Amino acid sequence: MSLDLEAAVNWLADQPGSIALHESLYAYTYIETAHVLGIMLFVGTIAMVDLRLLGLAFTRSTVSQMSGRILPWTVAGFVLMIGTGLALFYAIPVRSFHSLWFRLKLLLMGAAAINIFIFHWRVERDRDRWDRDPTPPAGARISAALSLALWAGVVVTGRMIAYNWFDCDKPQPPFIHIVAGCPAQLIEP
Amino acid sequence: MSLYPWFEALEATPVGDGIKESVWLFPVIESVHLLALAMLGGAILMLDLRLLGLGLTSQKTSTVERAARPWLIGALLTMIVTGALLGTSEALKLYDKQAFWVKMAALALALVYTFAVQIPLASRDPRLLAKPLAVVSLGLWLTVAIAGRWIGFS
Repeated sequence: MSLDLEAAVNWLADQPGSIALHESLYAYTYIETAHVLGIMLFVGTIAMVDLRLLGLAFTRSTVSQMSGRILPWTVAGFVLMIGTGLALFYAIPVRSFHSLWFRLKLLLMGAAAINIFIFHWRVERDRDRWDRDPTPPAGARISAALSLALWAGVVVTGRMIAYNWFDCDKPQPPFIHIVAGCPAQLIEP
Repeated sequence: MSLYPWFEALEATPVGDGIKESVWLFPVIESVHLLALAMLGGAILMLDLRLLGLGLTSQKTSTVERAARPWLIGALLTMIVTGALLGTSEALKLYDKQAFWVKMAALALALVYTFAVQIPLASRDPRLLAKPLAVVSLGLWLTVAIAGRWIGFS
């Protein structure tokens, strides 16, 4: 059995909840506003922890204090982002699924997740040795710089989903149609 | 006296015109505006959480405030410059939007509050006042952010 995502997003688009959210006057905008506010909490706090790891801010605090006291807020922000993000996808499943920006965003989120796992299981293992250092070792700084760049990319590609430059129903070079996985019925004749 | 002629002139400047004519400029400037919003949120939360007795409690409030300040100011300056550029390209549209004026009023209040009230008091490590200081700050900046997002919807 193959996983037919095309059928899945079309099925999702036919659900009463998806249609209601899509056609709602205010619900969609409230959710999107919460999604944007979530950036301040999620990306904002993660950026502060990254700046500490780079030795650029809050150098009087140990790295473990920063992680222990600030990262729980980042996790709360992440839950808010995922919850509202899923609802936004649920409201517009087919177009989002075929959005070049959305696909790029998911790739960047995947890369950011890998970066977190490497930091957690490799880079951070000898943290006790550099916990108090104003400037942590190169490995930690590289992780932090990657984190900042990847999450910034997630924010920017996320914002770009709203623009329709690369939509399937607009004239596109074949390359775009392939990358966005445009089905025949969406492509402009 | 109406500000309308000023908004009209603003939109007619080469800067406003250039951003409006370009396909990419507005989204690119908007992205920088959004990234600075994230930084602003982080910097403000570091101070407000500490005032609420959360976040970096191992440090004094004044220490957290001093560490957050350059990032707060940098983010604010970036937001104001990119925001002004975005606004210039659609000045007349903004003039008619209530959300825009709500945002500007809240922004003015938030700026005065943050730099004339909150930061001077926070740097003295307040006790009783700490929590109200943070709650007012969060309320004002949330209003700015929500009204800002609402400009795009209204």
